Amino acid sequence: MSETIETEAQIASAMRTDAPPAIVLEGVNKWFGALHVLRDVNLSVATGERVVVCGPSGSGKSTLIRCINRLETHQEGKILVDGIELSDDLRSLDAIRREVGMVFQSFNLFPHLTILENCTLAPIWVRRMPKKEAEELAMEYLTRVRIPEQAKKYPGQLSGGQQQRVAIARALCMKPKIMLFDEPTSALDPEMIKEVLDTMVMLASTGMTMICVTHEMGFARQVADRVVFMDRGEIVESGEPESLFSDPKTDRLKLFLSQILRGH
Amino acid sequence: MSDITANTAVPHQAGAERRQPPVATTGIVAWARMNLFSSWINTAVTLALGYLVVRWTIGFVDWAFLNAIWSVPVVNGQAQTQACREIKGVGACWAVVTEKHRFILFGTYPYEEHWRPLLVCVLFVALYIVSALRRFWNWRLIPIWVGTLTAIGILMWGGVFGLTYVPQERWGGLPITLILSTFGLAFAFPLAVLVALGRRSKLPAIKTLCVLYVELIRGVPLISLLFMASVMFPLFLPEGMNIDKLLRAQVAITLFAGAYLAEVVRAGLQTLPRGQYEAADALGLSYWQKTGFIILPQALRLVIPPLVNTFIGFFKDTSLVLIIGIFDLLTAGKTAIVEPAWQGFGIEVYITIGLIYLVFCFAMSKYSQDLERELNRHRRR
Repeated sequence: MSETIETEAQIASAMRTDAPPAIVLEGVNKWFGALHVLRDVNLSVATGERVVVCGPSGSGKSTLIRCINRLETHQEGKILVDGIELSDDLRSLDAIRREVGMVFQSFNLFPHLTILENCTLAPIWVRRMPKKEAEELAMEYLTRVRIPEQAKKYPGQLSGGQQQRVAIARALCMKPKIMLFDEPTSALDPEMIKEVLDTMVMLASTGMTMICVTHEMGFARQVADRVVFMDRGEIVESGEPESLFSDPKTDRLKLFLSQILRGH
Repeated sequence: MSDITANTAVPHQAGAERRQPPVATTGIVAWARMNLFSSWINTAVTLALGYLVVRWTIGFVDWAFLNAIWSVPVVNGQAQTQACREIKGVGACWAVVTEKHRFILFGTYPYEEHWRPLLVCVLFVALYIVSALRRFWNWRLIPIWVGTLTAIGILMWGGVFGLTYVPQERWGGLPITLILSTFGLAFAFPLAVLVALGRRSKLPAIKTLCVLYVELIRGVPLISLLFMASVMFPLFLPEGMNIDKLLRAQVAITLFAGAYLAEVVRAGLQTLPRGQYEAADALGLSYWQKTGFIILPQALRLVIPPLVNTFIGFFKDTSLVLIIGIFDLLTAGKTAIVEPAWQGFGIEVYITIGLIYLVFCFAMSKYSQDLERELNRHRRR
C-alpha cells in the first residue's frame, strides 16, 4: 500500500519539476527580541510537493510555517508564495492568505458558530461565494473528512479528532493551493491521532502542496516527498524520508532521531 | 400472602420495641430544621429575625394599605390635605400620587398635551421589547430605531402635523429619563466598542487617543462633566450660537457611559485566545470581518453581566441631571411636593418613583439573564 503511494508520489514530483515553485524562502531571518529564531533559512517547495518539517521543540519550525502566511513577520530575507512576495502590502497579503490554508495545533475552530458556519464563513465573505454554494461545498468537504452528520453541532460538542478534521475541512473550503499544518496531532489523544493522519494522507493523495510540522515519522515516511530537519533556527538537513531517517549525516539529527524513536 | 399480613399486622407485640419514624430529610420542615433551627444560637437568631420581619411587614401593610388615604377632596384647585396630615406616620397618603402623578410622569409639559409624552413612553417600551426579540436582530432593527426615535422627536417637540410646539425647557419626567438613557446607551455602546478596539490597535495615534479618552473621562465625576457641559461649554461657543441644554447633557452622559462600557468590552476582548485571531487571519478575513464575525460576538457574550450592570447603573445615573436643572423623573417627583399643600409627603412619592425605576431595571436584569443563557448555549456540551 505504502509502496504504491510512494511510487505515485515520485512520478508526480518528477512531472512537476518544470512548474514554478509554490513557496520560496531566501535567506530568511527572524528575531524575537534578542532571540534569533530563524537563521538564514532557504527553502523551495515545488507545486504539489509534500514537505514534513521536524526538529526539537524551540527549533523554529512552527515560526517558519507561520511566516509563510504572515502570522509572524520575518525581518530579513524574501518569502515568495505562489509567485507573490510577502510584504506589508495588505492586498498581496490578502491574496496570499486566500491561497494558503492553515491547520493549527489547537484547532482554533470558532466556538460560537456551528460546524457548517465555521466552514462557510470565509468562502462567503472572502471568496464572495453565494451562501448555498458555500454550504454545498462545505458539506462535500465535511463528507470527505467523514463527519457530515455533525454539521449542525457546535465545536464544543465534538471530540478533539473530529474538531481537527473540521479544521482541515474549513481550510479546504477556501480551495487553497497550499496547506500548512502546524503540529496538527500534538494536542490529540493517541486514539484520535490516526483519524487525523488518515485525513491528511487522503489529502496528500489529491496532489495538494503541503508543509507539515509534525513528529509523526510514520506519516513522514508514508507521504513526504522531502523531510526538513531544523534545529536552533536553521535547516540542518533535508532529503527523502527513507535516506534521511536511515542515514542521518549530522550528529544533531542522529540525536533527535534517537530521542524520537525512544519515545515511540 | 395471608400469613405475611397476619405477622406484620401485630404492632404491639410484647418485647417488640416501638421505633420512631426516621427524621425527614426533604420538604420544608426538614429544610427549616437543617438551616434555621440546627443549634440553639440559630434558633434564637431565627426567632428574633422572624419577629422583626413579621412586625415590620404588619407595620408596612398597616401604613401602606390599611390606614392609607387614596384621594382627598379638591376645593377651588386646592387639595385639602388635613386628613392626610392627621394620619401622618400611621397611614400613607397616596393621594399625593393620585393627585400629582401626571406632574411626576410628565413634569411641566403642557397639561392638555400630556398624551404626547405618554405616547412617547409607550413607544420607548415598544422599542425595547422589539429590540429584545432575537428574531428582529438584523438590518430591520436600524429603520425601526430611526423611525421610532424620529417619531419620538416629533411628538416631544411638535410644531409639525398640527402639533403645537413645546420647547425643550418644558419637557420633564419619565420621557426625559428614557430619552437620556436610551440615546445615551445607544450611542455609548458603539462608541465603547470602537474605543475598546482602538485601545488594542497597533497604530500608536489611535491607541493613545483611546487611552486618553477613557482615562480622562473615567477620572472625572459625572456631576462635574454635567456642570462643564451646562455651564462651561456655552462660554466657548461663538456668540449667538446655542446648543440645546438637554443635548449637552446627553453628550456628557454618552461620553461618560462610553468610557465605562469601553473598559467592559475590552475585558471581553482580552479573554479571547490568540488562536481565534490567528484562525480568522489565516482564512483571509479582513480586520472588520474578523472583528464583526469572530471577535465581538464571542467577546460581548462573555461580558453580558458587567455590561448590563453598567447599563442599569447609567439608567439610574441619568437622575444626576437634576443638578443642571433638567426635569427627569426624580426631579419632577421632588418638584411635585414643593407645593405647600403637599409638603412632607416625600416618602410616598419616592416609593412610587423607586418602583418605576425598579420595573425598568428588573426587566433589564431579567432579560440579560435569559440572553446570557440563550447565547452561551454553545458552551454546553
